[in-house]
Amino acid sequence: MSISTNDTLVFECETGNYHTFCPISCVSWLYQKIEDSFFLVIGTKTCGYFLQNALGVMIFAEPRYAMAELEEGDISAQLSDYKELKRLCLQIKQDRNPSVIVWIGTCTTEIIKMDLEGMAPRLEADIGIPIVVARANGLDYAFTQGEDTVLAAMAQRCPQIPTVPSSSQKTNNLDFSNQKENIKKTEKSLVLFGSLPSTVTTQLTLELKRQGIEVAGWLPSGRYTDLPALGEGVHVCGVHPFLSRTATTLMRRRKCRLIGAPFPIGPDGTRAWIEKICAAFDVEPQGLDERETKIWEGLEDYLKLVRGKSVFFMGDNLLEISLARFLTRCGMIVYEVGIPYMDKRFQAAELLLLEQTCQQMNVPMPRIVEKPDNYYQIQRIRELQPDLAITGMAHANPLEARGITTKWSVEFTFAQIHGFSNSREILELVTRPLRRNQTLDSLGWTKLVK
Amino acid sequence: MKLAYWMYAGPAHIGTLRVASSFKNVHAIMHAPLGDDYFNVMRSMLERERDFTPVTASIVDRHVLARGSQEKVYENITRKDKEERPDLIVLTPTCTSSILQEDLQNFVNRASMDSESDVILADVNHYRVNELQAADRTLEQIVRFYIEKAKKQNDWCTTKTKKPSVNILGIFTLGFHNQHDYRELKRLLNDLGIEINEVIPEGGSVTNLKNLPKAWFNIVPYREVGLMTAVYLEEEFQMPYVATTPMGIVQTATFIREIEKILLAADPSISFDFENYIDEQTRFVSQAAWFSKSIDCQNLTGKKTVVFGDATHAASITKILACEMGIRVVCAGTYCKHDADWFREQVVGFCDQVLITDDHTQVGDMIASLEPAAIFGTQMERHVGKRLDIPCGVISAPVHIQNFPLGYRPFLGYEGTNQIADLVYNSFSLGMEDHLLEIFGGHDTKEVITKSLSTDSDLSWAPDGLAELNKIPGFVRGKVKRNTEKFARQNHFNMITVDVMFAAKEAAGA
Repeated sequence: MSISTNDTLVFECETGNYHTFCPISCVSWLYQKIEDSFFLVIGTKTCGYFLQNALGVMIFAEPRYAMAELEEGDISAQLSDYKELKRLCLQIKQDRNPSVIVWIGTCTTEIIKMDLEGMAPRLEADIGIPIVVARANGLDYAFTQGEDTVLAAMAQRCPQIPTVPSSSQKTNNLDFSNQKENIKKTEKSLVLFGSLPSTVTTQLTLELKRQGIEVAGWLPSGRYTDLPALGEGVHVCGVHPFLSRTATTLMRRRKCRLIGAPFPIGPDGTRAWIEKICAAFDVEPQGLDERETKIWEGLEDYLKLVRGKSVFFMGDNLLEISLARFLTRCGMIVYEVGIPYMDKRFQAAELLLLEQTCQQMNVPMPRIVEKPDNYYQIQRIRELQPDLAITGMAHANPLEARGITTKWSVEFTFAQIHGFSNSREILELVTRPLRRNQTLDSLGWTKLVK
Repeated sequence: MKLAYWMYAGPAHIGTLRVASSFKNVHAIMHAPLGDDYFNVMRSMLERERDFTPVTASIVDRHVLARGSQEKVYENITRKDKEERPDLIVLTPTCTSSILQEDLQNFVNRASMDSESDVILADVNHYRVNELQAADRTLEQIVRFYIEKAKKQNDWCTTKTKKPSVNILGIFTLGFHNQHDYRELKRLLNDLGIEINEVIPEGGSVTNLKNLPKAWFNIVPYREVGLMTAVYLEEEFQMPYVATTPMGIVQTATFIREIEKILLAADPSISFDFENYIDEQTRFVSQAAWFSKSIDCQNLTGKKTVVFGDATHAASITKILACEMGIRVVCAGTYCKHDADWFREQVVGFCDQVLITDDHTQVGDMIASLEPAAIFGTQMERHVGKRLDIPCGVISAPVHIQNFPLGYRPFLGYEGTNQIADLVYNSFSLGMEDHLLEIFGGHDTKEVITKSLSTDSDLSWAPDGLAELNKIPGFVRGKVKRNTEKFARQNHFNMITVDVMFAAKEAAGA
């Protein structure tokens, strides 16, 4: 029996009046990931205030980031941008001696057209520290896309892979068939892109190693000085759905081959991700079926809680499609997937998997709403009364007070959700409000507004 | 440009939004890029607000950069007018929109013609005023707007209420313990037989602003927000106001006496015995006076403290510590640079030195060099205290979620004096316990860090020096380490050996 459904996914676009974090928030996880970096956000008090409040206690741990706070003199060009930035960067060099300084351009630097890309190479030569420029501003991007702009800029700084001197080898070895094999192996290397905590990168690296695929490097690496080599013949694969600019840069500027795959979120996603990579390397994947089944079995206690429940993504971090796909596979019904920006090419494989998953699970295809309008979404939530709304912190408490169970979306960005082993973590997050409400609901005060 | 990663007062639009969203049925529309609506998160999370924060953004994106906002702002205002039917829509510029130099006033004029709601443009300059100044201005702006509107429509009455009554100006959202302070003020005023006419902006309605002149006088509990409004109302209606903050026993008494003077001037037949009330409350209702007299508090005599915060709280707490508890304030400071003169005048004679800065590293360095027994400051000072192993009581914004307690914790009035006494006493006694633990072999795995963002770390410790340092009991080790390093720097030693340590000790004469 099938519920009357759309055969394909429906894409809509609303007004873009939604709540999300400013993309400069990416410094909070990137400075921790890249240990020898220093992030300098060139912006106003507004940017500073956001970072200070959004990052909470991290602020007090002497973080390796700071604001270059623009003052009236900077805005009206009474001060020389170059001199000012040089003064600050020298101070950073003296205090922290980082291996790289990342300048984060903001809305203000865009509007006053501060030529960061132009100044960076000059200053770099002046002070002897690489300066990477990323324009992670709220005019163009949302939340996690900040990481995308930084990684796209870093991709340009990765060393060039040495070209294989195939002619010299020809003379040494007479066995041509064997030689061909050898060249194929050396030419094909795999670089993964997307910032993940080191334990997760290790897990994913090991996962591929089991299939006999070596990961040559990660963008970003734990240290700026260890950035992976790129060039023709290098295969790249993303781990986050929000890295479309980075993917484009890797393909166009660095001539890498992109492996289009669903993202390794949830056991289904991880399996599909590995399969796609294996396919690109002509490797027959081994034992994935058993591995995936085992993971699902381990999740059964959580699956019991979510099966048949409905979920509504308001959308703010671009992980939504992958999470919706995983939750559908878990047996949930997804009403709506709000998403800030939908790159149908970069997410093609993920969208296809979502479609297939909906068909297999026999549930209606969700609406995918790009640039959503929070006001309209809240009207729809009121109508649909989903069992769970995945939403930003601005709306979570007001929705809870109206009897709608919510999960803050930001947590999915900061929790470890990639790979087989972390599937549990996603469900832990998704079921937490459901479990909490199981305990509280019998008390009878679900609606707490007049 | 300024290198910074912490600020005490937020950007101007936050102040405007705090005032606007405190009123009932007022909606603010920010002219801002995506992500600038972080205010909604703060209000929802810190205040644990149940209702949707009445703030939306009219998003500034690439199209707006290229062609201007054109219809966008206008449409957002009229749309909100239809959706929520607010009494007032406040268009709020942000730092981004203020450099775009669009004629926002023009959008407001157009939109107000087509809306049921009133529409105004918040008049604040992002590069000149901070959160608190902006809040003060916006409150005045809104009050002025509605007073003038009422005048034009001739729809008001300035007749005073029969019984003495008062307006409270400046209680608002995300204010430090504002809700509790309001409850305490209400109780105090009730005791004095004074009715409350209007409270703004928190929970107030803009349509009621025309009633403000009915009150006999105004009170402004906090220095930062409300004063401009009080001055405006005084000019316009000759309404007197009390700007003394009723924080601490002495100031609360001053506050009540000022009210008495105003009431007697207005109606000489007022018969309430304010002096007896003050005396009764001070000696028997509030526990603070007795508490500071009790022998437990002898231990606090002459203990060194540093106080830092907004002007209101830092000044009041300095006075309480110095004259009500006999504690020595070695440094009192505020980040309200715009109000530095007032602050100096308030604390002169109550502390050894005054620090006016909004640079948290300067405050941190000051604390490190003075080595007080306790700090009373903001969350930033609490963290400085953590690093230096000095206890800290939080007395002022900026604050975290734990400073929005659910329980009743006013800082004002007589119950406020009890709360402050507890806060002060607990900060110190925790410090003492901590030291006792250290003396009797508490775990000591902590490294003392005196680094601020900019520091010269040209010193290294030789193994024998380090071994000697580790022999010193934990609770003074930090101090010895810092003194030794200071001595080494002055005398150009790069390596601190055991000899240098002893030399430093001798030089210090201890």
